[in-house]
Amino acid sequence: MTPSGPRPSGPLSFQDLILRLHAFWSAQGCVILQPYDVEVGAGTLHPGTVLRALGPKPWRAAYVQPSRRPSDGRYGENPNRLRHFHQYQVILKPNPPDMQALYLASLEAVGIDPAVHDIRFVEDDWENPTVGAWGLGWEVWCDGMEVSQYTYFQQVGGLDVSPVSGELTYGLERLALYIQGVDNVYDLAFNDPQSPAFKTYGEVFLENEREFSTFELETADVEMLKRQFEDMERAVPRILAQTGRQGQPLVLPAYDHVLKASHLFNLMDARGAIAVAERQSYIGRIRDLCKACALAWVAVEEAAA
Amino acid sequence: MPQFLLELFSEEIPARMQVGAAADLARLAGEGLTQADLAFDSLRTFAGSRRLTLVVDGLPAVQADRVDERKGPRVGAPDAALQGFLRSAGVAREALTERDGVWFAVIARAGRPTAEILAELTQSLVAKFPWPKSMTWGTGKLRWVRPLHSMICVFDRQIVQAEVEGVRVGDISEGHRYMGARRPFRARDFDDYREALLGHFVVLDVEARKQRIVDRARALCADRGLELVEDPGLLDEVAGMVEWPTPILGDMDPRFLELPAEVVRTSMRTHQRYFAVRRPGLPGLAPHFLCVANIETADGGALISAGNARVLSARLDDARFFWEEDRKVPLETRLDTLDGVTFHAQLGTMRQRVERINALARAIAPLVGADPELSARAAWLAKADLATGMVGEFPELQGVMGGYYAAAQGEAEAVSEAVRDHYRPQGPGDTVPTAPVSVAVALADKLDTLAGFFSIGQAPTGSRDPFALRRAALGVIRLVFENGLRVRLGDLIASAQLAYDEPAAGLLAFFADRLKVSLRDQGKRHDLVDAVFALGDDDLVRLTNRIDALGAFLATDDGANLLAGFKRASNILAAEARKGALPEGVPVRVAAPPEEQALFDALTAERPRIDAALASEDFVGAMAALAALRAPVDAFFDSVLVNAEDPVVRANRLRLLARVREETRKVADFSLVSG
Repeated sequence: MTPSGPRPSGPLSFQDLILRLHAFWSAQGCVILQPYDVEVGAGTLHPGTVLRALGPKPWRAAYVQPSRRPSDGRYGENPNRLRHFHQYQVILKPNPPDMQALYLASLEAVGIDPAVHDIRFVEDDWENPTVGAWGLGWEVWCDGMEVSQYTYFQQVGGLDVSPVSGELTYGLERLALYIQGVDNVYDLAFNDPQSPAFKTYGEVFLENEREFSTFELETADVEMLKRQFEDMERAVPRILAQTGRQGQPLVLPAYDHVLKASHLFNLMDARGAIAVAERQSYIGRIRDLCKACALAWVAVEEAAA
Repeated sequence: MPQFLLELFSEEIPARMQVGAAADLARLAGEGLTQADLAFDSLRTFAGSRRLTLVVDGLPAVQADRVDERKGPRVGAPDAALQGFLRSAGVAREALTERDGVWFAVIARAGRPTAEILAELTQSLVAKFPWPKSMTWGTGKLRWVRPLHSMICVFDRQIVQAEVEGVRVGDISEGHRYMGARRPFRARDFDDYREALLGHFVVLDVEARKQRIVDRARALCADRGLELVEDPGLLDEVAGMVEWPTPILGDMDPRFLELPAEVVRTSMRTHQRYFAVRRPGLPGLAPHFLCVANIETADGGALISAGNARVLSARLDDARFFWEEDRKVPLETRLDTLDGVTFHAQLGTMRQRVERINALARAIAPLVGADPELSARAAWLAKADLATGMVGEFPELQGVMGGYYAAAQGEAEAVSEAVRDHYRPQGPGDTVPTAPVSVAVALADKLDTLAGFFSIGQAPTGSRDPFALRRAALGVIRLVFENGLRVRLGDLIASAQLAYDEPAAGLLAFFADRLKVSLRDQGKRHDLVDAVFALGDDDLVRLTNRIDALGAFLATDDGANLLAGFKRASNILAAEARKGALPEGVPVRVAAPPEEQALFDALTAERPRIDAALASEDFVGAMAALAALRAPVDAFFDSVLVNAEDPVVRANRLRLLARVREETRKVADFSLVSG
């Protein structure tokens, strides 16, 4: 049985690629989550990764996360660069000993046969300073193209993690370009080309790229963004200081505000409103907020364990 | 003789760490075996992307027996002391022997089986392996560069019972991930092991991998009338990324060759790890690339080649976009952007830095024979490419792109060359610019960096040199030396300092240290460097000429003897100085003895010759004049007693010796010369 429905005759469509990965990782015992409904710059920032990587409890999850990087806006005119793209994110905690083999099997599941392609693990130590996270791992190359990031988390929110989570991030558009043999992202088949309502990726998302590129690079109100950033920054400690009915700190709502602050920072950056010298200080402010959430989360998790 | 085989099988080890890991493994194993008194015939290590291997041949089956002696209390010491000693040494009273009134415990240790010791050695190797960066994984505490999965650990064909947390230890390993049987194999000795690896598509030895790459790549190229552009650094890296190296020759769109060659090379080499290819006898690159895959496929690598070609095209398309867009904007316009880029919190923006380098290049241009206006212009544009799209994407092309863009906007050739070369030399292997304008800007760039960081108290300390100031200082030294520039370092530093409020304290001394290191690296004797350095000269060309002349002089009979005479004079003067102040004033010509008179005459005759030679920087001539002092000095010491009874006679002789010391000091501080 193929959980993704009838197999299309040609290469996988964009959505079939997602469905195949869902089926594969679901079979590995992952909870299949939905994208987080706050703007984020990377799939890692979903609380299903950042927060769940902390504390002692086992966790396996997979999800698609639309990721927004306002500075990468190209008004829909560059065939390879998007300000809004999709990452497929997998977290396995603790990482199983055969995680590399599982990852390679997932590539086979989406039609990349390792017997005829050159798949390589090339050193790449990942870090995300805004959430105080780093790990060791690789970028995975398929015939010279980076198709995934593979990381063993060592720290999140500035805290050492134990057990260690293995994290996989597939760049879905890139992977689809490769599988479909297409050079322009907007030409990707989004659904089955046989469908009576067949759509290309461009038909679904090109207009978003055009409008949002203009908004994020030219229109967004910097003063408003700055005010909102400061509001979010003030809100986080205040929310964390409150307790829920079970006596817990309100980590999840606080973390939403960290995500919002992070996105506001990205918008200001895209508007060219962050001087080079200020940059580190903004990143440090977000990291401090994130660390406060991480500490509160770990305290709750450990108490419950 | 028994053999020990250890393989540490892990997930992919970064290529750049493998050479060091093989060396560390050999060192730790060798130290451990030596400490355990285990002799061996040979020890070899191998490193690859998924495994580190150690093989030690010719170990004994059992460690030799050892006898240790421990010193105890004196004979007749209180019984409690003796009992305490017996307990701590773990021996009975009968095992004590007496020597010189003291009890000794003789403890015989039977040699332990080598396998036991190897188990412990293996455990401690893994525990203390010095990876540059290591990690934990899963639920364990063990640290390794990436997750460690299994170990072959066998001695004399038997499995060694080492215990390493969460790691399977035995005689099993795996070969290539995708080729061949894709099943684990067993090995009980090195021959089996290497054979099994080959059968499972793994080349163990990095040198064999490199040879395979080069042989096959050359053959592929030759088949199509092409030639591989050899690149040993890239070869080292690639050989660490593949277990079954399989070169593939791919094609690229020839139109990409219209891009600057450095751009194409950087895309290929840095981002994709491809070798470049050319047509024999023709300049430039051929429209192909050579990548090294880790797999031989049924389709002869057709899919792999096509995939890599697409990736390269996408990268070069980007590069072409930047190449075209960047040239639409004049370089000076980029300075506005640099105004928003901080160079260092205490040293202002990049634009401010450009303004300083601009003024400095203009100021020092005359000292290096460069046109001040062209130098200033080049300095003004030197950093502009940092704000271009191409350098944003390919930071390693800073300078190079600026050179192209300057040429494209019609700058003088000397200016575009200087923009291109002003970062040089970037390391010991890099060449030094020689065109005067390039030299002026290259010096200004480095001197501003040095003066700036020294003025805010950021001199390097110990191994910490975050702003690469040692490299900058060495760059200045090489620029001066290799161009034979007659400038005083002090003058250059003073010019660079003008831009800063605080003095660049310690910068001249820092240069002196770097210079000494540099001269020693060139094989000059330390003591001669010190002896000439003590004179405080900061004209580098003069300084080295002096060192060279001194070296040649001291190698002659006259030189060696004069040095001995100088030392004798110095020692006497030092001894007399301890007794009381040395006599002031100048020596006079005495009637007798003749040796004293002759020394006075020689000093009087040679003094103007020495001074004249030094004034014209004829150091060989100055040394020759000094050589004329040798015979009179020797004769003086042979027959004249310095410490004469008569204080007037004694004072004159001391004044003569002081004069000898003074004359030699004009050339070098002989007291710092050894021998």
